[in-house]
Order: sequence, then C-alpha cells, then structure tokens
Amino acid sequence: MVMLAGCAGDGESLPRVSGGDAERGRVVLDRYQCGVCHVIPGVPSAFGKVGPALDQYAQRPYLAGKFPNEPETLVRWILDAPSMAPQTAMPAIAMSHQDARDAAAYLYTSD
Amino acid sequence: MESRAASSAIDPAANSGAELIDQLGTVLYIGGAAIFVVVMILAIYGVYGKGRAISARRWLIGGGLVFPAVTLTALMIYSLAVGNGLAAIGTSNALQLFLDCFGLGSTENTRAVPDGVLRIHVIGKQWWWEVRYEQPGSAERIVLANEIRLPTNQAVELVLSSSDVIHSFWAPSLAGKVDMIPGRTTRLRLQTSQEGTFRAMCAEYCGGQHALMALYVVTEDPNEFNTWLTRQSQPITAPTDSFLKLGQDAFFKGGCQSCHTIRGTPANGTVGPDLTHVGSRKSLAAGALDNHIGTTAGWIAGPQEVKPGNKMPEASVYTGTELRALSAWLGSLQ
Repeated sequence: MVMLAGCAGDGESLPRVSGGDAERGRVVLDRYQCGVCHVIPGVPSAFGKVGPALDQYAQRPYLAGKFPNEPETLVRWILDAPSMAPQTAMPAIAMSHQDARDAAAYLYTSD
Repeated sequence: MESRAASSAIDPAANSGAELIDQLGTVLYIGGAAIFVVVMILAIYGVYGKGRAISARRWLIGGGLVFPAVTLTALMIYSLAVGNGLAAIGTSNALQLFLDCFGLGSTENTRAVPDGVLRIHVIGKQWWWEVRYEQPGSAERIVLANEIRLPTNQAVELVLSSSDVIHSFWAPSLAGKVDMIPGRTTRLRLQTSQEGTFRAMCAEYCGGQHALMALYVVTEDPNEFNTWLTRQSQPITAPTDSFLKLGQDAFFKGGCQSCHTIRGTPANGTVGPDLTHVGSRKSLAAGALDNHIGTTAGWIAGPQEVKPGNKMPEASVYTGTELRALSAWLGSLQ
C-alpha cells in the first residue's frame, strides 16, 4: 500500500511485477481475449462491461473490492480468481504463470 | 488463436478448388503483364523507331483480330475447364472436363454426386452458420454451428442456403465464393489433401455484424474425421461433477433452452446455435471469440458488447458462481 500512496502520475513508483514483461502482457491480454469482460486501455477490442474496467489500474487501492492491490496478489487472482473469492464470476483461465505475470505487469502500466 | 487460421486465395490449400483458381489467376497475371510489355515496346518503337512502316491493314488484322481471337478463345476454354473443375471436384477427370466445355461430355456424369459423398447443409443466419451433416441411411442430420470438418482427399458437397438475408460462403484457401440466397439452394464442392484449419467468412454484407460472421473449416485424416462425426452424432451425458451439474441447472434457470438445443437434455430451441458439442468447437459466436471458459462466460453475460445487435440477450440472472459453472459445463460438452 505504501507504494501506491501519492504516486499518481509518477511512473518510477508504479508497482512492479518481478519477472513480468508489460509489452508481452499486452499481447497475453489480447490473446486470451480478456477484453470480452474488461475495458483495458491499449488492448484491441477490450471494451467489455461484464467485469470492472481495468484502466488506471495502478491507482486502484483494492483488487476485486477485497484484496490490497499488490503485484503478487494480482498474479494469483489472474491465475485462479475463484480460489480467492468463491463467489466471483471470473473463471480460472488456463494460462501459464509467466503469462499471468506479464499480464499483471501490463495492467500496472495503466495509471 | 484461431484467427491465424489460413485464409488466403493466393496461398491455397493443396489440391483444392482454390488452387485451380489461383493457377488461373497466375496465368492471367503473367499473360496480362506480357501483353502490356509488348504493347509498351511497340508504342516506344512507334515513336522512336526508324524502321520501315508496317501496313495498317496488317496491324488491324493481326493485332486487332487474330491475336485477341486466339488468346481469348484459349483463355475461355481454360477458364471454362477451371469452372467445370470446381463444379465437379472429386467426380471427374481432365478429359471429361475438357469435353464438357464443348458440351461433348456427359453432363450427368460430371455433375452427379458419387455414392457416399458427404453432403453438408450450411444455412446462413444473421450472424452465424448452422451446419447439418447428412448421415448415410438416416433422415436425421447431425447439427452443429460455425464449424465444418472435412476428411482429407475426399470431396464433400456443401448445400448452401439462407434463412434471412443474402450471405456468401467464402473459404479463400479452399474454394471460390458462393452466395447463399433466401429461397434457393446453391452448391459448392470442397476438397483438399492438406490437413489444417481454414477460416471462412461471410462475403456478402448481411447487416451490422457481417464482419463477425466467420466459420472454421477443419480438415483432418478420414479416421479422425469419422471418430469426430460419430461423437457429434451422439447426445451428451449428464454430468456427475457437482460444479458441472450446477452449470447445467443454470442453463435451464436462465431459459437458454428457449433458443438452444442440447441433445440429451430437454433443451430443444431452434433460434440459436445447437450447443450439443459446443465445447469441441474452435470458436464462439461465429469466429468472434476463441472458445475457452473466460470467453464463454463473457459471451453469456455480455453478448451485446461483443456483437451489438445479435439476437442473444444478456443473461443477468446468474450469480458469479453460476456463470462460471455454466461456462465450465458448456466447455465440457466435447
């Protein structure tokens, strides 16, 4: 939470996903068509309204309205949301750990 | 991602109708280029040439009558042979095709479908494709949607029609384009020796989501194909897993059966695609989405964001868990 405090617009202090490649992440989000449910700036055809919009993601204090928005939590959420919140509508999509890290890294570039 | 499936008229599948069309195209491009070059040389010669003038009469007869008559006649015979070849894929040989150009071949022989040829009915709808496989010795057809599978090295005949507006079936890597016209049936032969996944699309503007009306043609080894077809002909079995059961219940809770059929369940709607083996398909919503649990859930909850104006209403009755269970169950219908 400390790293999110008062850092809007300051790219240097964005949360980092260790081992995540943001540019690859953009391709991952496109390939799995996450945009069916989410608005994701920079990803083609990503204007779904089923799930929350993921713009300005780096500024959002909470993830799924429940968990502190921290990189490792986001990676876990992308990989298997139902294990963290059984009521969620977001399915666990079969993807590699690396794909999830890259996708998370990309989401944090949106501030 | 299946959007990388082959879809190119200039890189056709091996031994397909599209290959014949591509060869015809190549002959025309090269021939046209050669004639253009000769005409340009003559034009330059006409301006700068110092030679003796050729008589106007010779030019008119040679260049204006004889050359076009010979060239165009040859091209006409060739293109008619290609046309016949496309119409008679899998049923004829080169000699018959050539004779047929002059009305000498037996039309019945070349047009008749040989015994046992697979006939597949494809019905264009706004904005998806219903696909019905005829089964030998049975009046009942195997119904699926937005996907056609073919055995390699075997001709199949598509019987094309439309239930609303004019559509057009075009698999550029496999064959030419054939319109699907309300009140009429048209036919298209497909054959290839190449295994692969090919993208077909609607090639006649048919309304707002015309651009998202695609279909995948999967060609595979005849044995694999037969296994697939047998499976498609069977109804589904009830799930034993409790999560999948929850999904099946959700399907009926949401009223999905009003529009969709799932053989093996009471669902028998006919407005939307048959979903009996939807989990085995390459795409959802006629090529608009890949087929996995995330896209399934997103499509069910927000179809109007993906294809605005399509006939599927947004399902707003599901809890998050039910939506996931329903998507998982549909994905399990292999």
